Amino acid sequence: MLLTDFIIFVLSLWVGFEVISKVPATLHTPLMSEANSIHGIVLAGAILVAATARGPLGYALAFIAVAFASMNVVGGYVVTGRMLKMFKRRAAPAAPASPAVEPSPNGKVTA
Amino acid sequence: MTGAFSTVIQLIYLAAASCFVFGLHLMNTPATARRGNQVSIAGMVAAIAATIALVIHLGTANATGWIVIGTGALVGGGLGLYAARAVQMTAMPQLVSIFNAVGGGAAALVAIRGYMTLGTAVGASISVPTVLDVIIRSVTFSGSIIAAGKLQGLITSAPVTIPGARIINLALAVVAVGGGAYVISSPGMGALGAVIAAALVFGVSMVMPIGGADMPVVISLLNAFTGTAVAMAGFVIGSVGLIIAGALVGASGGILTKLMADAMNRSLANIMLGGFGAADSTGALAAGPAAGVQSIAADDAAIQLAYASKVIIVPGYGLAAAQAQHEVAALADLLESRGVDVSYAIHPVAGRMPGHMNVLLAEANVPYPLLKEMDEINPEFARTDVALVIGANDVTNPAARRPGTAISGMPILDVDAAKSIIVIKRSMGHGYAGIDNELYTNPKTSMLFADAKKGLAELTASVKMLVA
Repeated sequence: MLLTDFIIFVLSLWVGFEVISKVPATLHTPLMSEANSIHGIVLAGAILVAATARGPLGYALAFIAVAFASMNVVGGYVVTGRMLKMFKRRAAPAAPASPAVEPSPNGKVTA
Repeated sequence: MTGAFSTVIQLIYLAAASCFVFGLHLMNTPATARRGNQVSIAGMVAAIAATIALVIHLGTANATGWIVIGTGALVGGGLGLYAARAVQMTAMPQLVSIFNAVGGGAAALVAIRGYMTLGTAVGASISVPTVLDVIIRSVTFSGSIIAAGKLQGLITSAPVTIPGARIINLALAVVAVGGGAYVISSPGMGALGAVIAAALVFGVSMVMPIGGADMPVVISLLNAFTGTAVAMAGFVIGSVGLIIAGALVGASGGILTKLMADAMNRSLANIMLGGFGAADSTGALAAGPAAGVQSIAADDAAIQLAYASKVIIVPGYGLAAAQAQHEVAALADLLESRGVDVSYAIHPVAGRMPGHMNVLLAEANVPYPLLKEMDEINPEFARTDVALVIGANDVTNPAARRPGTAISGMPILDVDAAKSIIVIKRSMGHGYAGIDNELYTNPKTSMLFADAKKGLAELTASVKMLVA
């Protein structure tokens, strides 16, 4: 069982290296925030152990684990979305010959 | 956990893990990145829903258990939502550190709790990952909190060195690893407690000596640690979803750590053992203009910019510290409306975490195609009329190309290849590396001595006057 888990771990590492090395530097902050949200999957683990918790100490540990993990998941995804929303494309800047291009408020060029 | 139900649950976890991978894949361009985030969220919702269904099916949770889960999720989720909505983009590194700390804190508790329920009759397949998880996670928990404190300015960002720190660190490491080995050979909660305490203190003493400008590396490294810890927690409770997600995060943190360390031209060991011994560039010594330095008035700088055909803006952390990203965007918009070709040269370590400067400029509505990475923009400096350097120092210093200086071999932006260079800076103070920047004494360089925000506002006003 441990060996199977370990095989999955190593293969996932390789998949991670392949996928993440293609993310451009422009997006490294959202990438890190996104990766942070993904490890919020520990919420699933927190719920599983909370379900078997008995007694005050067990409940206290479970409460902290669930609260920490929820904060990680919700906050992480919301802030990643907030950052990504700010990255806007606009058509390439006007050539020097036509200087009268004004960007409109929605970030699109109206020329 | 046998039967068809469990198979379905495992398949949902597999689908969720696929969503995480595909979501990260979509982040390879800014155009698809938002969809990537949504795909990842969908995977997460499915995984959590499946977990709740599993707990209902198993019927292990009693009423109190459900109340604990519900209130925990509400309190934690609410705090996370508030923090994510309220945070300033300049404070993003601190927030990521805090989320890193709490996410891993949860992972450690899951592993400890899983270990407790199994009692003393555990084999090596459980106790080894538990011990590893608890050590890594405790180090990361306290380390991330110290890093966030330094970034927020609650703790001095200067390297703090304690006499004999290395001996203390060594002792702590021995206690943690030795205690860990003891726990594995004879399981018990007392020894595990000692291991946790040693690892927590180790996290503090590890991050305290590291300076503010090295934070991009530290944050990346702590992120890699957390990923590994989540995977270890997955080993302990036998959850494939946790293992895959943890490995993905570990890979991401590992890659970013290497990229940042390379961009600073320093080995990881060098950074972890303490910085150049200098403080932050923003708090550097103030000195008067040195010999061979030409200063320039805003009016004259504006003439150069307004009549240039190609301008490259080089923003550094000083720009972010002065909160001047909106002013620089306003100046660039004005120049673009005159037909000037404007782009931004972003050094990998501009900012306090990987890619931080890009987010700050995106917030100021700078279109992302104008943000150029170092390798992409360097050949363009030779065709550039004016390079405008704002709050960037060491990453523009040509001394890096010669051997024998503190920054030798560090990859730099080839700003000195531009036809003319304007540097907005408050004083001749040194950067983080504590050495003179040879760019400032280059005959092509003019210094505009001002605070970034004020200097840029003056430049914009002067360009407007010229145009009118």
